[in-house]
Amino acid sequence: MNNSENRPAVKVNKLTRQFGDFYAVKEITFEVNKGEIFGFLGANGAGKSTAMRMLTGLLAPSSGEATVAGYDVYKEAEKIKKNIGYMSQRFSLYEDLTVLENIKFYGGIYGLSNQQIKQKSEELVEKLNLHEVSKSLLSGLPLGWKQKLAFSVALLHDPEIIFLDEPTGGVDPVTRRQFWKLIYEASDSGITVFVTTHYMDEAEYCNRISMMVAGEIAALGSPNELKKQYGVDSMDEVFVKIARPSN
Amino acid sequence: MKKLKGFIVKEFFHIFRDYRTILILFGMPIMQIMLFGFAITNEIKNAKIAVLDHSKDELSRKLVEQISASEYFTLYANLQNVEEMKTAFEEAKIKQAIIIEKGFAENLYKTNQANIQIISDATEPNTANTLSNYTQVVIRNFQQDLNKQQQSGVMQIEAEVQMRYNEKLKGVFLFVPGLITIILMLVSAMMTSISITKEKEMGTMEILLVSPLKPFQLILAKVIPYLLLSFLNACIILILGNYVFGVPVKGNLILLLAESMLFIITALSLGIFISTRTDSQQVALMVSLMGLMLPTIMLSGFIFPIENMPLPLQVISNIIPAKWFIIIVKSIMLKGSSFIYVWKETLILLGFTTLFIGLSVKNFKIRLA
Repeated sequence: MNNSENRPAVKVNKLTRQFGDFYAVKEITFEVNKGEIFGFLGANGAGKSTAMRMLTGLLAPSSGEATVAGYDVYKEAEKIKKNIGYMSQRFSLYEDLTVLENIKFYGGIYGLSNQQIKQKSEELVEKLNLHEVSKSLLSGLPLGWKQKLAFSVALLHDPEIIFLDEPTGGVDPVTRRQFWKLIYEASDSGITVFVTTHYMDEAEYCNRISMMVAGEIAALGSPNELKKQYGVDSMDEVFVKIARPSN
Repeated sequence: MKKLKGFIVKEFFHIFRDYRTILILFGMPIMQIMLFGFAITNEIKNAKIAVLDHSKDELSRKLVEQISASEYFTLYANLQNVEEMKTAFEEAKIKQAIIIEKGFAENLYKTNQANIQIISDATEPNTANTLSNYTQVVIRNFQQDLNKQQQSGVMQIEAEVQMRYNEKLKGVFLFVPGLITIILMLVSAMMTSISITKEKEMGTMEILLVSPLKPFQLILAKVIPYLLLSFLNACIILILGNYVFGVPVKGNLILLLAESMLFIITALSLGIFISTRTDSQQVALMVSLMGLMLPTIMLSGFIFPIENMPLPLQVISNIIPAKWFIIIVKSIMLKGSSFIYVWKETLILLGFTTLFIGLSVKNFKIRLA
């Protein structure tokens, strides 16, 4: 099953997470196709992060089904972990390690051989043009560089799917655009991208998006479909239309 | 194993690139042992005393001479009357006064008995106690010498005071076991809890949890560097104690080191436990300092004897792991005890360790569930 080309990268059926009486995520159902850039949109507290945490194995679901890269989130969490990359909104490398040390460390915990790590490091430094700073501590680099590096490091072990939890939080529009270039490159090479965001302009970049409101998926489709469906011109307006009724 | 190695290397980078960490790890132990060894000591030297000799005979002079010749005392004044003594005390010029009765030598030769009054400034009870003990020792030695010279046997009183395990009442003897305990506690528990919560604060913890690394590997990699450094610290303190202050290790060194290792693991598990309950370095630091260091210093018997505490505090002291470790270290270092004398305390430490690790694992699971 896992090698099948037609299998969706992520398949979720009535996935639910309760905290006491509160439903952080309520019976969400969707599929993410291979190589797709799938956006998870919603206001803060709508349940985006909770849903992502369940898919990455950080949080156990209360009920429902989900497979990631063909593996069951309940029974095969370990296999999922080997096949996904993850980058969170809080930029996630070590400030007191150098660029190369960071790469080496992450390569190490994903079980890459020294040979592989060396090769990947060279590729990465080349691709991101980090020759001059490869041996400097990360704390001295601009945030935009760090984020690009964090993204590339999350792809170090060639995962099938990469989960990005508000990856561009707190970054200026120019850097955000550059960052999305990287995302497109990854997507072009066949990696499935699952991204949460609350920037509506970013929604336009996604192949398909799902809008979450109060733990449930309120709308799902490509940006153009959604705009047509709600008869508006921008994702911003779509969001307003969807989110209003719940307020 | 390879994953673990890379992780541990990374931890050492964290430690060695942060000068504050290095300072706490190595500067503090050395500074503390020097401070406690040289400055903050309950051993008394050159305490000022005064003598009111009503007798002024050959024997009384000899006694006064002997007392003031001892390194514990410096003769501040020969007093003429009780009023002068009162003034000297009130002006805090002296810590102790010795009054010799009239006809001291005469009484001794005739009745085999003479009286001496030792008056101490008890505003500092510990000092007063120590001083009066010192004086009594000098007086007893004086008696014995006297008895040897006078073949007829002038005096029968021969009380012997033996200061066991620390014949010279050296403060540093007690401070070394206490210090090892405090520093191991500090380095192991505080530093690990901070280093783990740092990963949470920075957001790197999530990345690690999403990685194929198993939680126990993660924890192991976080604590192994501190285990090694703490152990190194214990060795440094022992070596300093021995070469600078002459504190011996009378018992088996291997046993002592093994027990230290156990205590380090106890403290590490406590550190892990703290870090499972907190999300910020600040909180971890406060909890470690207030929740661990304070009770460890106050209730472990390091500074204040447990027997002198009110009963509730005595009961509480039982749940301070440091208390048991101090007992172990004192026994092995100063008394030369072997394992059969400390197995109970060892077992208690093992119990604590199991408890903390169990609680940590439980907490960790709750977080993920």
